[in-house]
Amino acid sequence: MEVAAAKMIGAGIACIALVGAGIGIGNVFGSYLSGALRNPGAAQGQFANLLIGFALCEATGLIGFVVAMIILFVF
Amino acid sequence: MAMNPMEQFAIKPLIAEPVLHIAGHPIYFTNQALLMIIVALASSLFLTLAVKPNRLVPTRGQSMAELSYEFVATMIHSATGEDGLKFFPFVFTLFIFVLCSNFFGMVPGSFTVTSQIAVTLALACLVIGMVIVVGFMKHGIGFLKLFVPHAPWYLLILLIPIEVISFLTRPISLSVRLFANMLAGHTMLAVFAGFVVSLGTAGGVYMGIAVAPLLLIVAIMLLELLVAFLQAYVFAILTCIYLNEALHLHDHH
Repeated sequence: MEVAAAKMIGAGIACIALVGAGIGIGNVFGSYLSGALRNPGAAQGQFANLLIGFALCEATGLIGFVVAMIILFVF
Repeated sequence: MAMNPMEQFAIKPLIAEPVLHIAGHPIYFTNQALLMIIVALASSLFLTLAVKPNRLVPTRGQSMAELSYEFVATMIHSATGEDGLKFFPFVFTLFIFVLCSNFFGMVPGSFTVTSQIAVTLALACLVIGMVIVVGFMKHGIGFLKLFVPHAPWYLLILLIPIEVISFLTRPISLSVRLFANMLAGHTMLAVFAGFVVSLGTAGGVYMGIAVAPLLLIVAIMLLELLVAFLQAYVFAILTCIYLNEALHLHDHH
């Protein structure tokens, strides 16, 4: 029984990864907007980099999700 | 719990008998194999048939095919330069396959091929294997210079292991990114759908509240359509970036 309870707690703790992902995604879009408002002409050219940065940040949060799923369903 | 949100990712054999045996392992024809065949056939049929009439003023289908061609060509050109266009068929096939699997997975009741780590890891290993082969063919043993950045020698002691480790984790990060995005999105949809069912069957005032998660599902569905495209795009552009490193090492094109 203790193992089942510890699994639940561990899966919950794995969700802390979302803190980093949230900060990262906020940083990506915030920096893009502040840059784009200063120099709107260059904004369109950096849109692809914005999407790459967003996807890279989001992936770190999802790795936390994968850890939670592995804790819950694999062990 | 009404239903398990992970149930949708289960791989079930469609034909009870194994199709063939490889080294004693039974190989089944599963729902994943069916979806992969459907994705491959549908995308290649659409792309060949849409440009077949070759009109000067394109129809909607033809312009979709031409737009996706131009989109990928511009992406490769901006990321790897002129000599990266040799790899257009490879990158285009990867992009279209991942994009179509993601979009076919969005159809309710179907199966998402890219939510299986076996598929995405195989695609990522293909990309990294391609990068290694291209790098060694183009630069010979000089390809190993990829792991030696421009830095003073005392920093290199630290930097070379970091570069090697970051190169070796690429197939993992490339595959886990795609697989985890698809898995998380579809799990989230299933969890909210479970809310609708359990609130709707509770009766009384709860029936009215059940509208809220239903609306949320519609919003998440839109977000998932964006993510489906974005992940295919990221997969393709990271392939281009890795190929660029293999082609040009550290100097810019």
